[in-house]
Amino acid sequence: MCLAVPGRVLDIQERDGTRMASVDFGGVVKEVCLEYLPDLQVGEYAIVHVGFALQRLDEESAKQTLELFETLGMLQEEFGDPWDMAAEAAGTPPPSHEEARK
Amino acid sequence: MKYIDEFQDPELARRLLDEIHATVTRPWALMEVCGGQTHSIIRHGIDQLLPEQVELIHGPGCPVCVTPLEVIDKALEIASRPGVIFCSFGDMLRVPGTGRDLFQVRGEGGDVRVVYSPLDALRIAQQNPDRQVVFFGIGFETTAPPNAMTVYQARKLGIPNFSLLVSHVRVPPAIEAIMRSPSCRVQGFLAAGHVCSVMGVDEYPELAERYRVPIVVTGFEPLDILEGVRRTVAQLERGEHTVANAYPRAVRPEGNPAAKAMLADVFEVTDRSWRGIGVIPASGWRLSAEYRDFDAEFRFSVEDIRTREPDACRSGEVLQGLIKPHECEAFGTLCTPRTPLGATMVSSEGACAAYYLYRRLDLTPAPREATSVV
Amino acid sequence: MSDTIDLTTSSVDPAAWTCPAPLRDQSRIVMGHGGGGTLSAELVRHVFAPAFGGDALAQLGDSAALSLGGVRLAFSTDSFVVRPLFFPGGSIGDLAVNGTVNDLAMSGARASYLSCGFILEEGVEMERVARVADALGRAARVAGVEVATGDTKVVEAGHGDGIFINTAGVGLIPDGVDLRPQRVVPGDVVIVSGPIGVHGVAILSVREGLEFGVEIESDCAALGGLVEAMLAVTPDLHVLRDPTRGGLAAALNEIATASGTGVVVTEREIPVPQAVAGACAVLGLDPMYVANEGKLVAFVPREHADAVLEAMRAHPLGLESRIIGEAVAVHPGMVVARTGLGGTRVVDMPIGEQLPRIC
Repeated sequence: MCLAVPGRVLDIQERDGTRMASVDFGGVVKEVCLEYLPDLQVGEYAIVHVGFALQRLDEESAKQTLELFETLGMLQEEFGDPWDMAAEAAGTPPPSHEEARK
Repeated sequence: MKYIDEFQDPELARRLLDEIHATVTRPWALMEVCGGQTHSIIRHGIDQLLPEQVELIHGPGCPVCVTPLEVIDKALEIASRPGVIFCSFGDMLRVPGTGRDLFQVRGEGGDVRVVYSPLDALRIAQQNPDRQVVFFGIGFETTAPPNAMTVYQARKLGIPNFSLLVSHVRVPPAIEAIMRSPSCRVQGFLAAGHVCSVMGVDEYPELAERYRVPIVVTGFEPLDILEGVRRTVAQLERGEHTVANAYPRAVRPEGNPAAKAMLADVFEVTDRSWRGIGVIPASGWRLSAEYRDFDAEFRFSVEDIRTREPDACRSGEVLQGLIKPHECEAFGTLCTPRTPLGATMVSSEGACAAYYLYRRLDLTPAPREATSVV
Repeated sequence: MSDTIDLTTSSVDPAAWTCPAPLRDQSRIVMGHGGGGTLSAELVRHVFAPAFGGDALAQLGDSAALSLGGVRLAFSTDSFVVRPLFFPGGSIGDLAVNGTVNDLAMSGARASYLSCGFILEEGVEMERVARVADALGRAARVAGVEVATGDTKVVEAGHGDGIFINTAGVGLIPDGVDLRPQRVVPGDVVIVSGPIGVHGVAILSVREGLEFGVEIESDCAALGGLVEAMLAVTPDLHVLRDPTRGGLAAALNEIATASGTGVVVTEREIPVPQAVAGACAVLGLDPMYVANEGKLVAFVPREHADAVLEAMRAHPLGLESRIIGEAVAVHPGMVVARTGLGGTRVVDMPIGEQLPRIC
C-alpha cells in the first residue's frame, strides 16, 4: 500500500476552489492537492500519495534520524563481521567493504 | 532524490545491520504489515542481510491483494456496462476476478481507464457529463482521504455522474485479527508508516498492551525498515512491548487532523471481507448515509453479487505466517503470478509472488563469481 | 512442485510452466499482448509461430538473419502505435525509422532499405501527417537508410488512433559477424550504452502530466553507427539487444532464456538519470522495465570488453556506456540483480505493460 514520495513545494495556487501545488520530485514536477495540508508553505517538503500531500516532512527529524544511524554499529569487532555472515547465510556474495561504503 | 537517497545509504545500512546482529540472541518473527514495505524488502534484498534469527512475515497490507473477489466481480460487472467509464489505479487492472480481469473487460469493449490520482477520475466525470464515471476506491488509511475527497467534491460541485466503488480497509483491525488467531506466530509489528502519517498512532498502544507485542511505526526506504527491525528486536530482547515511532520525519502522533475529519465525514466503519482471510469486524469503511448517492454498488445495483473465494487457496494461513507459501498445495501449479488464486500471489508484493521468484533462485547455487567483474 | 518440475533448467519452456494452459481463458487480445513481456511471447509462441512455421521465424529475434543469393541479410519489421504522436525529443516518424534500423543493427547489419506503410484514420489533419512524414524522412537521412517502397491505407474514423506506421528493413550482415543469444557463455561481460529509461519517461511525462525542470527528451536514435564502431574492435561480439518495450529487464531475460546462462547485474552500475528515477518513484515504476529507443545492451567476450567499452565511449551515442554485469553459469535463464545494499533480487520478465501503481 501507500507508495508515497517526498517532494518539495515550488508554488501554490487555487484551482476550481481547490488548493493545489506544483511539487518537485528530484527534477520531476507534478500537480498535487494541498487540501489536507492547507498551511504547507513553498519550499517545504511533503509526503505525497496519489496526487495528495498527506503529511509535512519534518526535515529536522530526518536529520536527527540520520545522525542517530551514524552512531550505531560500532560493535562489529566484538562479534565478527555480521555483514559477511548475513550474506553468507543468505548464500549471496558479500560485497567488499570498500564497495559497500561507496 | 532528497529524503530518499540518504535513506538508502549502504554504509549506514551496514551500521544498522551490525547493531541488529549484535542485539539478536534468539529467533524472532516480525510482521511488516504494509505491502510497500514488503516491496522494499524484496527490491533491496534486505531479508537476506538480516540475522537468520529474524524472520520477516509479509503481512496483509497490500490493498490490491486483499480486495475481495466479490468486489472485483462487482467492478467487472460495472465496467462492462455501456455508458460507463471505469477508472482505477493501475495495480487493480491485472487482479483477476471470477474468470477475467479489467484488462479483459477493456478488450471486450469496456471503457476502463488507468488514473494516477482519484482527482483525475473526477475530472473525467466533469468532461463527460453524459457518461457514468466510476472510480474504484481501494486502499488503506493512506488512500482513503484522497478517495474521500472525490466524493466530497462531487457533491460540493454537483457532479452527479460520478460514483465510487468502495473497498477501503483499515490496518488496526487486521493486526488484531492476526493476533487473535490461536496459532499466531507474530511477535512484533512494523506498522505501516504512511497509514500513520494520516491516522497518527493513537490506535496502537491498546493493541500493543493487550497482545503484548511491540509495534514500531516504520517507513519504506531500506534504512527505515532496518531501523524498524532494530527497534522491534531491541524491545523483544528486553521483554518490552510499546509503541515506537521509527519514522518521525513523516509521522506525527496526531496524524493529519484534516484528513481524519474528512474520513469521519465521508465514511463510516463497517465489517469487511479480506481476500484469502475472510470477514474482519470493523475492518473497513463504506460511504456514510449522507454520501450514499455516490456509492456505485447501489447506483448500479451490484450489491447482490456474491462470490466465494476458491477453496484451494491458503493465503489466509500464509498471511498469518502459519505456513510458508510453498507449503500450499496450489503453489506454483494451480497458482502462479500469471494465474493467481488468492491475495498473496496477485501483486508482486504478495508473500506468495515474492516467494515464487525467490524459490527459483533458492534452487540454484549462489552466483558467487558475480563479485569478480564489477 | 520442485519434485515434478525443475524450474531452473533452460530446457523447460517458461511459457509451459508459468501458464499450464497456454493463453488460459484469454479469449481476446489485451493490451499486455503488445507489451513485449510474457504475454507477447506467448502470443507469438502459441499462435503465430505454429501457424507460420519456418526456420527463420524460429530465431524469434528482433530481426532475422537470412541467407539469400550467397549474402547474409538481416530482415526486420516493426509497427508503431505510440501515443502521443509527438513527444519530447521525437515523434512516431523518428521511431518508425530508428526502431527498424536498430532491430537490424542488433544483427550487426547496417540498414540499407526501408519500406513504410501508413495506416491513417479518416479525419486526421493533413498537417500532422506531413509533420510525421518530414520527421520520418529526416530520421532516415540521419540513419543513412533509404525508404524504397511504401503503402497507405485509410480506416474509418474511430477505427484507428490517428496515425499508425509499419516499417520493414533489410541490411547486409558483415562477414564474421554472428550475433545470437545462443553464443553467450558464462564470463561474458554485459555492457549498456548509456542511461536507461529516458524514452519511456518522456512518453509518460506527456500521458501522466509530469513536467520536468530539465527537459527530458526521448533517447530515440539510430544505433547503426555505434554498432559499426563496436564491430570494428572485434566481429566477435556475442549478442546485442535494444531494450525497447519491457526495458533492460526484458532484454536481459530474453537473452538469459535463449542462451541458457544466468545473468548478474550490479544495480549501482546501471546508469539511471535523476529525472527518470524521480518519475519512476512517483509512479511506482522500476527503471529497469522502462522503454529505451536509443540504447543497446551487449554481451561481449571478457577479453574484448575493455576495448569495446572504449570504442563505445568514443561514439556520440555511447558516451556513458557502462559495464553492468556478466553472464554466469549458475541460475540459468534467470536475471539476478545485486542491490545497492549488497542483497540480491530476481529481475523477472515483465508480464505485460507496466502500469503506475499505488502500493
